[in-house]
Amino acid sequence: MNKFWIILGHTFMTRIKTKSFIISTVITLLLIVGLVNIQSIIETFSSKEDDEVAVIDYSNELYDPLSQSMNQSSEEVKLSEYDGSEEEAKQAVKDETYQALIVLDMNEQQLPEAIYYANNISEIGNQAAIQQHIQQLKVTYATTQADIDTETLANINAPVQFETVALDKSAKTSDELNQARGIVYIMLFLLYMAVITYGNMIATDVATEKSSRVMEILVSSASPVTHMFAKIIGTAFVGLTQISLFLIVGYTLITTKQDELTEGIFSTFGIGDTSVSVYIYAIVFFILGYLLYATLAAMLGSLVSRIEDVQQLIMPMIFLVMIAFFIAIFGLSVPESNLVKITSFIPFFAPMIMFLRVGMLDIPVWEIALSIGILVATITLLAIVGARVYKGGVLMYGKSNSLKDFKKALALSKKE
Amino acid sequence: MLKLTNVTKQFGNHTAVDHLSLEIPEKEMYGFLGGNGAGKTTTFRMILGLLDSTTGDISWNGQSIHYDKSHLIGYLPEERGLYPKLTVKEQIVYLGKLRGMKKAEIIKELNSWLDRFKVPEYLNKKVEELSKGNQQKIQFISAVIHQPKLLILDEPFSGLDPVNVEMLKEAVVDLKEYGTSIVFSSHRMEHVEELCEHLCILQKGKQVVQGSLQDIKRSYGKKNLIVHAAFPLEFLERLPGVVGFRKTTEGCRLEIENEDVSQLVFQELQNKGFIRKFELEEPSLNDIFIAKVGASYE
Repeated sequence: MNKFWIILGHTFMTRIKTKSFIISTVITLLLIVGLVNIQSIIETFSSKEDDEVAVIDYSNELYDPLSQSMNQSSEEVKLSEYDGSEEEAKQAVKDETYQALIVLDMNEQQLPEAIYYANNISEIGNQAAIQQHIQQLKVTYATTQADIDTETLANINAPVQFETVALDKSAKTSDELNQARGIVYIMLFLLYMAVITYGNMIATDVATEKSSRVMEILVSSASPVTHMFAKIIGTAFVGLTQISLFLIVGYTLITTKQDELTEGIFSTFGIGDTSVSVYIYAIVFFILGYLLYATLAAMLGSLVSRIEDVQQLIMPMIFLVMIAFFIAIFGLSVPESNLVKITSFIPFFAPMIMFLRVGMLDIPVWEIALSIGILVATITLLAIVGARVYKGGVLMYGKSNSLKDFKKALALSKKE
Repeated sequence: MLKLTNVTKQFGNHTAVDHLSLEIPEKEMYGFLGGNGAGKTTTFRMILGLLDSTTGDISWNGQSIHYDKSHLIGYLPEERGLYPKLTVKEQIVYLGKLRGMKKAEIIKELNSWLDRFKVPEYLNKKVEELSKGNQQKIQFISAVIHQPKLLILDEPFSGLDPVNVEMLKEAVVDLKEYGTSIVFSSHRMEHVEELCEHLCILQKGKQVVQGSLQDIKRSYGKKNLIVHAAFPLEFLERLPGVVGFRKTTEGCRLEIENEDVSQLVFQELQNKGFIRKFELEEPSLNDIFIAKVGASYE
């Protein structure tokens, strides 16, 4: 056990001290600081002036109610009545004195109509807002003509009452679902990143020790199994350090910012009043998922003899994680589909997808237990096979890297 | 005492080590000789427990070797390897700790070893900055820093210049005096001849010769006879008992079946002219190796 901690400490310290680790951590931290302050950054660069739109009103009655309703809804568009001719106004738009020109008039039915002139009509935002306001104006005119009183009009316009109620008492309400979606999404993303980053780190580490041939001394002083697990757990600590650094910095920054931002971000991700059990499941599935993929990565790393080959060999593993991630993202909108249900019991997909189901649905405990059981069994199996492959693999040098090597490594480590 | 009983290792259909039985005495130096692929490294890996033997038994002082004894065992692998990015100090501290030492102890030992190898300035240098020969010294230190009771050296002198070979040889001899049992392999016969009391020669996994150096030479029987003379010596080749003849610049070198043949040769040489040198020589390990290993290659 003592040797386990020595190797673990060594793995941790050497990794923490590498340039690549420090640089990637600093860059990510800068990114977090940037994201938190994104609003201030955008504000610094964008001009505060409202866009001015010229209006020519031939009816002489439409301009006032329109500009009134525009002001009330605090649109970022400023209307101003233009005194000159239509041609002059168009020229002014071309010269960019005004952003656009609206020509208002009444048609034969005494209802408002408008023509919108702009240099380009791609800026959907302003155009749509003005159109909506003129539409309202038109409704007012039309209803006044038809002698409909304001009360009736209000009734017509009021939205219909539509409430969703889940009959199953333990099923999640839509509010809860939204919150759960947030935490599930965070966990999926973290696990995805962790497996790819730290899985890669483990495989590279093992391959580096092998290619520099220091491995033979290491395995002569500590058993390959100890060595493998010390590497896996040591790298987990590296990850823990990195992630907690990000979380602490991110959290402090967000809480020191204005309150709206805090509420905004936390409510978007549904952090706040999600039940404790979801967090516990998140941790359990995260750990299991990490162990599963880390063991696989260590095993694959022990099979290559050159660092350049690592990428090639862990590619299938990366694909597995990606497939799991995409099924999970798909499952966020349809958590009850059969695909999600089945894949939540398949070892390499289970950590992400079972957690998705736990978070989004109300599923019987035995299903969760079964999935965890399958995961634990797979990890154990992988650890046993992995340790065997590792023991043989670390002594094996050669060019190729394939399934053949896997068999060769197994043969090397066992009694014939 | 390290004892190997009927040890066999098979990789698939290939037999790397074939029914090897050895006894390696305490506090001695034991030499492993053999050509490339003879099974030396595989045997060492089995002794260390890195590989399991297919059949047979390996024991050290009556017990099998496990990781709980790793603080008593030192190993210098044939393929040298250290962490290129770590300094000598970080490196040796880590490897020393894995052999059960405390950090302070390791640094004290490391400094005295670096002084001994006349490279104290390497303490805080990265390994990748050192020359290959110097890396090998560091590697050697990593194998002996914990004062092992059993030291296994796989080709310890390969790739070193003569000065460094001497330095390392002295260190190995000192370790033996201190009480370490040393097993080492080499294909440089003179090293084994100089250092080892006991040895074995492996060929394709089988042991061809085994025992003490003296016994091996004696039982080999054949001797060398060196004759330097001022007249042609070719006629000696046809004498009964002469099995080998090689012309040299000053005369010839004969391989003879046994000591008695030298008397016959001496008589034949009389009255033929002036003889500058007539010397009976023990066979070198090199001769024995070539005779034993070379023969079965044919």
